[in-house]
Amino acid sequence: MSTSFSSRTGARFRAFISAIAVSVIAVSGASICASKVQAAEEEHAVEISIKDHKFEPDSLKLPVGKPIKITVKNLDATPEEFESYELGFEKIIAGNSSAVIRVKPLKPGTYMFFGEFHQDTALGHIVAE
Amino acid sequence: MLAALVLVFREVLEAGLIIGVVLAASRGVIGRGGAVSLGVLAGIAGSAVVAFFAAGISNAFDGRGHEIFIAAILLFAVVMLAWHVVWMAQHAREMTQQLKQLGNDVTAGRRSLFALGAAVAIAVMREGSEVVLFMTGIVMGGTETALQLLLGSAIGLALGAAVSMVLYFGLAAIPLKRMFSVTGVLVTLLAAGLAASAVAQLSSAGLLNVLDTPVWDTSWLLSEKSWVGQILHILIGYMAKPTGMQLIAYGITAGTIFLLGFIVRTPATRPAVSSQ
Repeated sequence: MSTSFSSRTGARFRAFISAIAVSVIAVSGASICASKVQAAEEEHAVEISIKDHKFEPDSLKLPVGKPIKITVKNLDATPEEFESYELGFEKIIAGNSSAVIRVKPLKPGTYMFFGEFHQDTALGHIVAE
Repeated sequence: MLAALVLVFREVLEAGLIIGVVLAASRGVIGRGGAVSLGVLAGIAGSAVVAFFAAGISNAFDGRGHEIFIAAILLFAVVMLAWHVVWMAQHAREMTQQLKQLGNDVTAGRRSLFALGAAVAIAVMREGSEVVLFMTGIVMGGTETALQLLLGSAIGLALGAAVSMVLYFGLAAIPLKRMFSVTGVLVTLLAAGLAASAVAQLSSAGLLNVLDTPVWDTSWLLSEKSWVGQILHILIGYMAKPTGMQLIAYGITAGTIFLLGFIVRTPATRPAVSSQ
């Protein structure tokens, strides 16, 4: 009886230690990554606003090979989700507020983006050259 | 209406599939229903809170707040799922035996119930906050189509829940002998996929710039935005364009959980010896 009890306790202990080990690995991994914060590379900053569920401007020319920082201002009272399949971002912007989207350096081409909550009107694209 | 239906369906499905897998993986643990229900409720409450503070969260850390927040809760979910898998690996044998003999829930421990509830709460909170924001937008917009949109959302919610239940009953139909190994592998891959998603979030916040270019692109074969691609993305973390760092995160997470599960697994001979 006591053997099974102690082995059960040991098992719990091992499960606990395992969980700790996994979290340590996850956290240390995350902090190693976070330490690589990009600082020196200058970002190309642009602004887009959303009004009446439309983008202004809805067409942007952006430089190739530079990280991009897009500030999206939502002037509508309702939230919108700023999304692009090709550029791989997806971000909710609450009503009457703004959000920042960071895009990796682009290759030449055209990239579509849209507002997921109003896909019939909120459409736009980026031309990288 | 269709757009609303599809949007809500996607979000509900994402949370629902995770719940389905986790429920199947914890078959036989007494109190799992309560833990999962509590997790869902906590997740819904959390969604409302996150939705309310959406602007504040998003603008924190120079506009990186949302990504950091999502990455943090994803990593927490990964740890919870890992804990659950390891715990199940340890108890699968006795639970299978008891389930076979008694045909009902086993009385053996509830250690991993907290982990289970927490993982469910996170899944619901992450997808739910989006649905809450979308719905608030509809109500605030107050257009004549609002009712239609809400109807679409309701149908989307019901459909998402239905598909998740189909998955759960499909998994529950697996013979008991294999069940825990199948669900263990599923939850492990699920956790690995979430870890890769967390990496993607940190990368898009510009916090992680090593190995951040796609290693391959299988969009032509299976797009991540297609239905099958999306379901596989949720369940096993399928990525059409994985970056090196995402692959590493996926591999390390899956490897760690498999290894830990292997280490703690009760040897087959031990119960026989101790009973003598």
